[in-house]
Amino acid sequence: MSGFRHDLVVVGGGPAGVAGALTAALAGLRVALVDSSARLGGQYFRHSRAAQDAPGGAPELDGFLRRGRALAERADLLLGHRVWHVSREDGGLAVHCVTPDEQPLTVRGARLLIATGAHDRVVPFPGWDLPGVLTAGGAQALLKGSGVLAGRRAVVAGTGPFLLPVAAGLAGAGADVLAVYEAARGLGLARHPVLALGKAGEAAGYALALARHRVPYLTRRAVVAAHGDGALEAVTVARIDAGWNVVDTRVVECDTLAVGHGFVPQIELGVELGCGTRADADGSPVLVVDAAQRTTVPGVWAAGEPTGVGGWRLAEVEGRVAGHAVAAEHRASTRASTRASTGAPAVSGGGHGAPRALLARRRGMRAFAEALQRAYPVAPGWQGWLRDDTLVCRCEEVPVSRVREAQRLGATDARSIKLLARPGMGWCQGRICGYAVSCLAGEEPRPPKRPIAQPITLGALARSTDEPTTPNTPDE
Amino acid sequence: MSDVIVVGAGMVGAACAYYAARAGLDVTVVDRGPVAGGTTGAGEGNVLVSDKEPGPELELALLSNRLWHSLAEAGDFEFEPKGGLVVAETEEVQRALVGLAGKQGVEHAVVAASELRDLEPHLAEGLAGGVLYPQDAQVQPMLAAARLLELGARSYGHGALRLRLGVTVTGFVRSGDRVTGVRTSQGDILGGAVVNASGTWGGEVAALAGVHLPILPRRGFILVTEPLPPMIRHKVYTAAYVTNVASDSAGLETSAVVESTQAGTVLIGASRERVGFDRTTSVPVLARLAAQAVALFPALRDVRAIRSYHGFRPYCPDHLPVIGPDPRAPGLYHACGHEGAGIGLAPATGHLMAQLLTGAAPDLDPQPFRPDRFPEEPQ
Repeated sequence: MSGFRHDLVVVGGGPAGVAGALTAALAGLRVALVDSSARLGGQYFRHSRAAQDAPGGAPELDGFLRRGRALAERADLLLGHRVWHVSREDGGLAVHCVTPDEQPLTVRGARLLIATGAHDRVVPFPGWDLPGVLTAGGAQALLKGSGVLAGRRAVVAGTGPFLLPVAAGLAGAGADVLAVYEAARGLGLARHPVLALGKAGEAAGYALALARHRVPYLTRRAVVAAHGDGALEAVTVARIDAGWNVVDTRVVECDTLAVGHGFVPQIELGVELGCGTRADADGSPVLVVDAAQRTTVPGVWAAGEPTGVGGWRLAEVEGRVAGHAVAAEHRASTRASTRASTGAPAVSGGGHGAPRALLARRRGMRAFAEALQRAYPVAPGWQGWLRDDTLVCRCEEVPVSRVREAQRLGATDARSIKLLARPGMGWCQGRICGYAVSCLAGEEPRPPKRPIAQPITLGALARSTDEPTTPNTPDE
Repeated sequence: MSDVIVVGAGMVGAACAYYAARAGLDVTVVDRGPVAGGTTGAGEGNVLVSDKEPGPELELALLSNRLWHSLAEAGDFEFEPKGGLVVAETEEVQRALVGLAGKQGVEHAVVAASELRDLEPHLAEGLAGGVLYPQDAQVQPMLAAARLLELGARSYGHGALRLRLGVTVTGFVRSGDRVTGVRTSQGDILGGAVVNASGTWGGEVAALAGVHLPILPRRGFILVTEPLPPMIRHKVYTAAYVTNVASDSAGLETSAVVESTQAGTVLIGASRERVGFDRTTSVPVLARLAAQAVALFPALRDVRAIRSYHGFRPYCPDHLPVIGPDPRAPGLYHACGHEGAGIGLAPATGHLMAQLLTGAAPDLDPQPFRPDRFPEEPQ
């Protein structure tokens, strides 16, 4: 038995985190799950309180909510808790949180599962900071939260399969969706053998929805500028070539623009613990994991987008694999400590513990996810859409010209651009501008360093090493 | 071939290059990274005279303070002569502060407990008083280093100052004993003299020339808050900062140093510990920094920290920088080991270095800073 309150602490209450936590809890482990939201769900299964109280909606959400309820009976759910830091401590992991009432709380466990999801990848263009311009993820969140988009004249643009559900969602919520402008060539989905096999059903569903609402889906198009006096009034739509260079343009009047360019995995907690990283197919830094979802740091697992963007189904499978592997290692270490006390030889806790069928599903879904990343790349031509006064960093109001000036002065990488011109130093810690700054620096995005992963009041920080108050243990 | 090769494009290297170019020398600056990528980019931008005991470092600081003012007029970077306010928690500490100020002979004003809030309205109650040092200033050090290099390259003729970034020094070119250039990842670069301005890594660069400099990293963390309306007017710190700066302890020492920046954020330091180049964030250190800042400015309690960073000060056992020619390797000069004062001391260091390189009479006696003052490393 480890000396920790929890055998496993899970950070993230989306599909991966809930699957991992539930799998481990069902195997008898003492589990805590921490998430900053008031309800489980993450980005994909974000839902209103009404949906939680009255199931019977979408079957996927119902399934997730059922698993969430099962988890709540078997584990400590620390919702509304923001994780600002993780550290190694006495052979285990310490997850440093801020409670909903701004109190510090340290959750300690023998093992950690990082299931922190991803955030929108933002590609700046002139006017992207106007009110009315949303990220695709932001639009989706609005739809699932309050749904105040009825009657708006909306355009959806960017690249990747996520544009389809966003457009379908907007249309379904009563917005007048003028078009979906996909920067890629579009037929990638159908022509790619793996893709054609994999998600055809889901994509067809969205395509039908778009057809029902008469929303045109146009490829090799991009919104290269947004216009408006204080709020969005129109966008410039360009035909683009394979490198995203502008061929010709026209202006489309609209008051809502949802732009999506894929997602950036949130890996800072793993980076802070020293977990190894690699560049994913789309260049995003992701955590290296083995077949059991173990990171390179003992005791630390990762599942879902932090190991490579692949959508909620893959995330859930990875979470389950991680949960099985954690449980297997827990059993092995418990046996080993029993043996050690009786003088018997120790065994290594190497077993995956996950059913073969689950591993096979993960393999197929990962191949599919990687193929999607390759089918919808962000091409460098977007840099040609920028003007000197286009903001790169909204928090610190850094325009392109200041980035170029920093480069002229000897900033040769993204970090030194940040030091000289301040992009990424503000509230979002570079989550929004980090990708663009890396591209402007001419480098692949590097693993983010955010020792303070979420803002914390100085008062709470000052008390964060006081004698910890750990929540109640599960009954078992 | 350049007259001088400066190894290191941090604040000290930039100042050495600028003053050398101004003195008519052709300079090449090499750095394995970008401009200001080392300790220059990991500090607060302190330009302090208040925290120094009377002696050679204070002389250097006073010269540097004057030079910073004239550089700030020429260069396009943030320089705020906001003044430093050292506060005392007890009467006894206040007497010690007043005593130190008297010995320093630096422009200052003793501040009574009742006057503290006229200077800093948000200070905590119950402090015993303080000393105001109007000459203390703050600079945005990364931009200052970059702008100074640019100014040097622009002002003193074509070829006066060349910048070679992403070039790693791997050794020295020798002619007999004499250092005549550097070996780098991109070939040899020859020069009349080489200035080691490698900061915390100055000992490693010196070792490439076979000479010993006992420069060790002394880690420090800084907390940064969300942007706020202007709230803190001066660089405010507690008397413990002065004793910590001068301490030899390898263990953790913290003292409150709190100030607002032009970006609206509040910077909170300072911690000191000798733990090698350990880059692991320490929650206990961050917690102590936060607690000390809140004790000094209670209104900060509900203000959010949004990031933290750390750096490694180039620590020398006697707390003095290493400035001047190295008699053990003719042609090699050092300008490193400034610990936490490198930004403040950079202009005077560069100015002095240019005088030494050109054979001019130095404004300050360089003897206390000589590179061979340390005992040789035991074999």
